[in-house]
Parts: sequence; structure tokens; C-alpha cells
Amino acid sequence: MIWNEEAECMSQVQKEKLQLERLQAVVKQAYENVPYYKKRFDEAGIKPEDIKTLEDIQKLPFTSKSDLRDAYPFGMFAVPDDDIVEVHTSSGTTGKPTVSGYTLKDLSIWGEVMARALAMAGAEKKDFIQNAYGYGLFTGGMGVHYGAQKIGATVVPISAGNTMRQLELMQDFGTTILTCTPSYALYLAEVAEKEGISKEAIKLKAGVFGAEMWTEEMRQELEKRLNIDALNIYGLTEIIGPGVAMECKDKNGLHISDDHFYPEIIDSNTLESLPESEKGELVLTTLTREGMPIIRFRTKDITTLRKGTCSCGRTLIKMDRITGRTDDMLKIRGVIVFPSQIEKALLRIEGLEPHYQIIVTRPKHLDELEVHVENSEKLFSDEVKHIEEAKKMIEDYIHSEIGLRVNVTLVEPQSIPRSEGKAVRVIDKREF
Amino acid sequence: MKLKQISIFLENKKGRLWKALSILREADINIRALSIADTSEFGILRLIVPDPEKAKSILETENFVVKINEVIAVEVHDEPGGLEKILEILNKADINVEYIYAFVEKKGEKAIVVLRTEDIDAGIKALESVGINIISSKDVYEL
Repeated sequence: MIWNEEAECMSQVQKEKLQLERLQAVVKQAYENVPYYKKRFDEAGIKPEDIKTLEDIQKLPFTSKSDLRDAYPFGMFAVPDDDIVEVHTSSGTTGKPTVSGYTLKDLSIWGEVMARALAMAGAEKKDFIQNAYGYGLFTGGMGVHYGAQKIGATVVPISAGNTMRQLELMQDFGTTILTCTPSYALYLAEVAEKEGISKEAIKLKAGVFGAEMWTEEMRQELEKRLNIDALNIYGLTEIIGPGVAMECKDKNGLHISDDHFYPEIIDSNTLESLPESEKGELVLTTLTREGMPIIRFRTKDITTLRKGTCSCGRTLIKMDRITGRTDDMLKIRGVIVFPSQIEKALLRIEGLEPHYQIIVTRPKHLDELEVHVENSEKLFSDEVKHIEEAKKMIEDYIHSEIGLRVNVTLVEPQSIPRSEGKAVRVIDKREF
Repeated sequence: MKLKQISIFLENKKGRLWKALSILREADINIRALSIADTSEFGILRLIVPDPEKAKSILETENFVVKINEVIAVEVHDEPGGLEKILEILNKADINVEYIYAFVEKKGEKAIVVLRTEDIDAGIKALESVGINIISSKDVYEL
């Protein structure tokens, strides 16, 4: 189902016209109301009137996470505080959090893009959406909530955690759509199997999974174990929250609501714009946001873009599944490694649970990569040599994926912490 | 006759062996024989217990990885050369021993040797052909 056919299936020409109008307006609004933008634009010698085409966006300075942090708490707001009706923050794990402020109109836009996203997963009025994203300052919970309400579906605001309750309600309410992180979905599947809950007792048809990176292999696993369409949703608090982009059932890239968020791809080293089909860092500009317009935000997420009409009928531009982040990127002995590559390798091995943790150390000035993987009945043996063979096999799979030898340590089942939100995949113990 | 043994995967971490054994104690499972293979990263705890299936399922509910496999138990004289004689037979029959452990009967006259040969059936055949007494599960559990 397409939630807003007019917007989602707009012709390219029409869309570019709309994008330019909106870009010009948002740049003007930012320049006139946010001292940060005025200062940055003035330093770059740019005036809002200089934006005459969409390509002119490249003249504008970038906004980084640290710029937003410097503006903490309300320095990026473009409207009087009175007009802000809701705030969210990023997790703030690396210092002060960043604040995102919304006007009523912004919340309505958020609901709109989330309604499009949920509709891509097949959500209709009759659906029960079990929202296991955390409610609170994190945008996951409220984002899905607003979208579900816009559609008129029934939202079960259970929030993250409380796994037994999740499974109980899922059966009792006949939940049809599950929204949570993919790692939590996997954990739910694992517990359901352990508790002997039959596949028939669960009525799920789709999962809207995001807020962390995951792989195509993980999709296969979730689809098989939960008997659903496992779809990828993307968003970030700085821009609006979840709903910036979402996969349709074509499962071949995520549709960015590019009438609201303008995407670009840049080379994260040279900061030069790249042709959209090239792989690089995604940069987003909010085209319609009132409370906190964000110009050229560097997401640090690595992807490519594709224009055209999708088999689902939408013309919303597509981005590839995020395969890495410029700051998730591990450089091991000079080789670039993304945690998603290790996940991919592990999911190829039968009988292995894709729970893992990557530990990076630097003994004697040389990087070492250690991967903790949970042992399973399939890999285990009463003989030491067979376990060592299993360990070696996992190391070989990872080697063929990343081109580096790693040390695999088999650990006991359930000993890698399960997360209800974003899984901690990498522990970097190196001292630089 | 083959004897069932359970093997438990243990991380090489403080308290894991104790944890496994305390689960068995709570379930009132008495251990007849035990051995541990240890490497720098992990250990394999091998046990002979009266009800291997029950022990396995209890340990699994506590998230241990457990496997049941077959081993051979033979009785040897508790005197110098008792075990050597068994190994000589297997050596002559060109049968490789993966691991071995032994314990002494309470009465003190005989020792019991638990053997894991690469090929269990071949091991049993070789031992039986020279009249070595292979002990049944029942006998071991009743020791």
C-alpha cells in the first residue's frame, strides 16, 4: 500500500521543482533565525539568494554532530521556544547529547513519513503494531507511534525490553507488525523458540527493523525464524528520527522521503560531492522542518543513491542498506573493516547464532582483532581437535570476508549481552 | 557395549566448572567419573552420570552447550601394567585413542578405564576379540 501516492510517486521533474522551492525556503529560514547558520554562511560568503539550483546546495557549509553538540541545548532552534512542543535527544554516549526540537507541524511531518514507512511494511487500520522501540528521549518509540496513529492502526506501546511480556502480548493480541532493533527481534525469536511458542501462535507479517546496522544475511535469518517480511528502516534524531528512509517489499534499497529530506553523497575525506551512484557518506538536509532546520548534515553513514521508479511504483529516491559508518569503520593494520562484514561471515555458518562481539586490541603496536562467538551444539564436540577445527573454520570465513586473520574465541551460549536497544558489537581497547 | 558420556563446553573462566557441577548437585545427579580437557581458551568437561539425557537437558536450560556421545568402559586389574595391556591391544589393532581416563572401583580390586577411540565399534571389537570385559552402562552406574 502506498500511503501518499501524490508525494511518493511524483515525477522527477515535479519533485526537483518542489525540492528547490523548499530548499530555498529552508536556507532562508535557517539564515535568518539561527545565528549558527548566519555565521557559517557569512564565513563561506554565501547568501540564501545564491541558491538558484539544487546543485547550489554544494556551496553551503556542512553541519556536523559536533556543531549540534556545541549548540546544546537549544542553539539550533529556528523558532521561539514557545513554538517547540517536543524535544528528543541523541544518546549522548560520546559527550553532551544533541537536542532535536519539533513544532506541531514538524511532528505532523514526522507522522507523515512514518506512516509512509509503516505502509511500506503493509500497515493498515486493522493492524496491531507492537512497538518495541524504546519510548522516551530516543526517537524510535515516538516516531513509530505517530506514524501508526496517522494510519489509524492500533499501536501497542510496549517499548523495549520485558521479553516474556512481548511474546505474551504478541500471541494474545495477534500482533501483525513488530517494530524494534534487528538484534532485539532476533532475541525475541530465540526466546520464542526456547519457550516452545509455535510459529502459528504468532501472527506477525512484517517487522520494521532499524536503529542499528544489519545485513542481508540477518534479514534472511529473521524472515525464516519469525516467518515475516523483515524490512529496514532508517532515520536519525538530528534529522527527525526514524522514517527518513524505509524499504518497500521490493527489499532492494530504502526509499528516502526526498520531498522532506534532501540527500547527497560526499567523499568523507575530500568532502567533495560524489555522483549519487557512487559509494560515500550520506549528507541530509531537512527541506520542511520548522523548529530545527538542518542544512547538509554529515550522517557518517556510508551508502549510495539510486533514482528511478521502483517496482512498487514509488519514485522516492533509494539508498542502499547502510554497510558502515565512517566512525564504525575499524582500521585494523591499515585494512578497513566494518562490523557488518563479520556479521555477514558468521551468518553463512550453519548452526551458529549471530551474536558476536569484536574486540580490538593493540598488543606490541600491532592491531589484533578478536571475535567472540557463542558456541552451539552444532559446533561443539567432546574432542578438543573438533572444536579447534570449528574455530578455525569460523576464522576462515571471516578471513575470506575481510581479508585479515582474526582470532575467534568460542564463548558459552547467552554470554554475549543481549541488548534491548542498540547492540554493542565493537569493543576497541586500543590506546591511540 | 557402549557407554554414554556427556561433554560440557566451559569457557576458561573462573567459576564455570563450579557452576556446572552445582547445577548437577541441585538436580541430585551423582557423577560416576569425570575428566577435563583444557586448552588456553576453553575446557571440555566429560562426565559419566546415571541419567545422561536428564543431565543434558538440565544443563541446557542453564545455557550450557552439552553433547552426548559414546565411549567404551573396560575393567582392568588395579596393578602395574593393567592399562598398558589394553592399549597394547588397541595399538596392535591400529586403533587411535582420542582420550582416556580412569577411576578405581570402590572395592579397590579393579580399575575402570573410559576410552574414546576414533572408531568406537572397531575399538569394542578389538577388545572383545581378546576377551576383555567391556562394562555395561548399568554396571558403571551401580559402582
